[in-house]
Amino acid sequence: MTSTAPLAPAAPDSKPGRGRRLSVGPSWGLLPFLVFIGIFLLIPTVTVVVGAFQNEAGGFSLEKVQALGGDTPLRALRQSIVLSFTSALVGAVLGALLAYLVVTAPPSSILRRAVTSICGVLAQFGGVTLAFAWIATLGFSGLLTDLMANAFGTDPNGSSWLYELPGLILVYSYFQIPLMVIVFLPALEGLRPQWREAAVNLGATTSQYWLQVAFPLLRPAFLGSALLLFANAFAAYATAAALVSQGAPITPLLIRSALTSEVVLGQANFGFALALEMIVVVAIVMGLYAWLLRRTSRWLG
Amino acid sequence: MSGAWVWRVSRWLLLLAFAAFFLLPLVALLDFSTAVPRTGGRTGAAWQSLLEDPQMTAAIKTSLLLALFTVIGMVVLLVPTMIWVKLRVPRATRLVEFLCLLPLTIPALVIVVGIKNVYAWVTYLVGDSAMTLTFIYVVLVLPYAYRSIDAALSSIDARTLSEAARSLGAGWFTVITRVITPNIWPGVLGGAFISVALVLGEYTVSSLLNYETLPVVIVLLSKSDAPQSMAASLASILFAAALLVVLSFLDRRRRTPGGK
Amino acid sequence: MKPITSLVSVVALISTAALAGCAPPEDNSSDSAGSSDAASATSVADFGTMDDLIAAAQEEGELNVIALPPDWANYAEIISTFADKYDIKVNSAQPDAASQDEINAADQLKGTDRAPDVFDLGQSVALANTDMFAPYKVETFDSIPEEFKDADGTYVNDYGGFMSVGYDSTVVPEIDSLEDLLGPEFKGKVALNGDPTQAGAAFSGVVMASVVNGGSVDDIAPGVEFFKKLKAAGNFLPVDPTAATIESGQTPVVIDWDYLNAAEATNVEGWMSYVPAEAPIAGYYFQAINADAPHPAAARLWQEFLFSDEGQNLWLAGGARPVRAEAMAEAGTLDQELYDALPEVAGEPIIPTNEQTELMAAYLADNWAKAIS
Repeated sequence: MTSTAPLAPAAPDSKPGRGRRLSVGPSWGLLPFLVFIGIFLLIPTVTVVVGAFQNEAGGFSLEKVQALGGDTPLRALRQSIVLSFTSALVGAVLGALLAYLVVTAPPSSILRRAVTSICGVLAQFGGVTLAFAWIATLGFSGLLTDLMANAFGTDPNGSSWLYELPGLILVYSYFQIPLMVIVFLPALEGLRPQWREAAVNLGATTSQYWLQVAFPLLRPAFLGSALLLFANAFAAYATAAALVSQGAPITPLLIRSALTSEVVLGQANFGFALALEMIVVVAIVMGLYAWLLRRTSRWLG
Repeated sequence: MSGAWVWRVSRWLLLLAFAAFFLLPLVALLDFSTAVPRTGGRTGAAWQSLLEDPQMTAAIKTSLLLALFTVIGMVVLLVPTMIWVKLRVPRATRLVEFLCLLPLTIPALVIVVGIKNVYAWVTYLVGDSAMTLTFIYVVLVLPYAYRSIDAALSSIDARTLSEAARSLGAGWFTVITRVITPNIWPGVLGGAFISVALVLGEYTVSSLLNYETLPVVIVLLSKSDAPQSMAASLASILFAAALLVVLSFLDRRRRTPGGK
Repeated sequence: MKPITSLVSVVALISTAALAGCAPPEDNSSDSAGSSDAASATSVADFGTMDDLIAAAQEEGELNVIALPPDWANYAEIISTFADKYDIKVNSAQPDAASQDEINAADQLKGTDRAPDVFDLGQSVALANTDMFAPYKVETFDSIPEEFKDADGTYVNDYGGFMSVGYDSTVVPEIDSLEDLLGPEFKGKVALNGDPTQAGAAFSGVVMASVVNGGSVDDIAPGVEFFKKLKAAGNFLPVDPTAATIESGQTPVVIDWDYLNAAEATNVEGWMSYVPAEAPIAGYYFQAINADAPHPAAARLWQEFLFSDEGQNLWLAGGARPVRAEAMAEAGTLDQELYDALPEVAGEPIIPTNEQTELMAAYLADNWAKAIS
């Protein structure tokens, strides 16, 4: 054993503090990470999943999961899906458009860098600040409400649709569009100019190129990004929590109500059931997204 | 050609329309936070109170500290793990990637709903303070930090670097901290910046666990002093924007051919 | 290498998953500042004299209260008077929290110094959590009517009010009946203080609407129907009314407790209150001491203060009806001027029992969101 390879695993200081040479040596390095994730991500998830199948006394029961089929939770789920779908659609279409506008600019231009940075900010920017920004715009004595009241004589208060589902769709689109730009831009950049040249050489018009070459190529990426937007909207809580106070129009707000209500008590396990519902929906969507991502990388990777 | 000209004009019009849509709420925030009600004058009182209101300053401090600890936690936990996986346990790449992207699938709301037991332990062991939110925040920033660091890690030849260092007698600790990490520093920094932006705006976990971070206080104050809330909102956006703009410059530096 | 990696991962994951189900929080041995004697005291006699209680409380030096907004029934003055009189620092946390948040905070902060010492809770939450309270009979316990206290002093009603409609009389016409709210002059103007499936005040508001429209404390459907009509007419504003929204004019009509509307009247010129004569829905709040209070002596002193003549009159100054009003009126210690200034309420006050509340709450949970969407 005099000529061990220079990279023999598990040298005495393979992991700080470990002197022993173990055959599972390298894998132990993952332990801190795995334990951390286990405690702060997996345990809560398992708690939720297990708790959804318990009743208040702690015994096994399907009643909370069955309660998910009640009027109010179903309505909330339906509106959550509508909200996510609509804002994802708006975000996807407009975001793809904006991404295209950006990608046709020269690569090092100010425009591209500015737009990508701004989109980076706005995509993260969901939450409380966003809700207040829109309240300042369209709410009572907001910038736009006042402008419109002065210019067109419309009711300065609107019918407060901002604080209900239509308002949520508008506000969500505000961070969905930049998110789409960030996620879809790499796909657009992957469209090689050689393909366009080849199509033109074969006699294709612009619209033929787009319809028969580019769109089919971009479709998986587009759909995948739209799914990501959907999951993002479905899981969002902060913006809606800051904006909506009356009624629980979407599932995350119904969870808030279950946890903090002082009128309908003992809803903690129902909250778990609702959370389980959320995990299931988002997991399905993200699964589809991962599958589409693999398909995209074939062409545009 | 008029076709190209039409295209150029419509391009700029569309870009302007997008710009207007995105800037409008920010301008509205500025307007609301500086307006005097019922008279139409302007005042900087709301902005001033950002620095004077004790609840607000405490919350700003809390949030900034949380951002700092989250970044430290993320760097200490994630960077060595990812480097270790890349160099020593490549089979675990899929697993680590899956775990890091899992928080995208398990919403923060769900995590906070199920975390009561864990938190009882945490407050028992570590004491009760808003800084305990760090643990959950590190989990929340994992997907973004992972992507950023992964991109940087893939762009260098980590294996060669580590082999070279090892053959010169470096231990693994040295390899991780003094050889690889400096080379992926822009990726780490990128992850750090995004983490700060995320922590500064995080409301779900802190509000449901009843800690007074900046977004929570913004909502609390909106009931009694709306202009101050608006000013705080705009200030935090501008701060996050400044951070990410700095990040984009770092990105550019990374892409400039440096030592190849 | 692969099987080993998987093994390590699986073991780690399984062990953490196993911990998930059975991870009870360690029972924190409360090292509270107060002696355990204070924590088990059930009346002043256990301390000796009132001065002994005051001394014990001052030694603790602090009191943690929660969910006490300063403009709610004059709590600002109550807190400052207590703090000045006994030289005890009062830490007022989460003034905008709801009753359930108080219990959640007590659970979460159990054993720490930040846990709430005392609670001021709505009916449902109070009656559902009596095992968290420490029984204590204040000096004036006997002058509190039977129906407003627990026989052992586990909880005591402290103040109450009637559900009312507050409105800015300079913006909307005078309100004589609830039906007025459905008129066109009230378009986009009527706000309810919270969501009735979440907040007790809003819940009582819907009960009031129900009783006015032919329902009762057993049937809240007419109330939901009323709000549905209000929404259809475009008059219902899904915005949470606060002092800020009232002053800015965003919510000129607010359905809320009469003492809260009375507080607004001091801020807004022309703010008036209307209590429907046929539906005087009364609601009393419940005062209790946290059995795990970090400052037990201070908590008990706070109770003594609140139920003393001084404390009760301070609540009266906030427009609320103190629970000892009758006894104090007889003894002549009631601030008669303030009492007479309260809105006139004819008829028997209607207070739903806990069972009735539960039934109505269940109906609301199923039907409210639909009605006002």
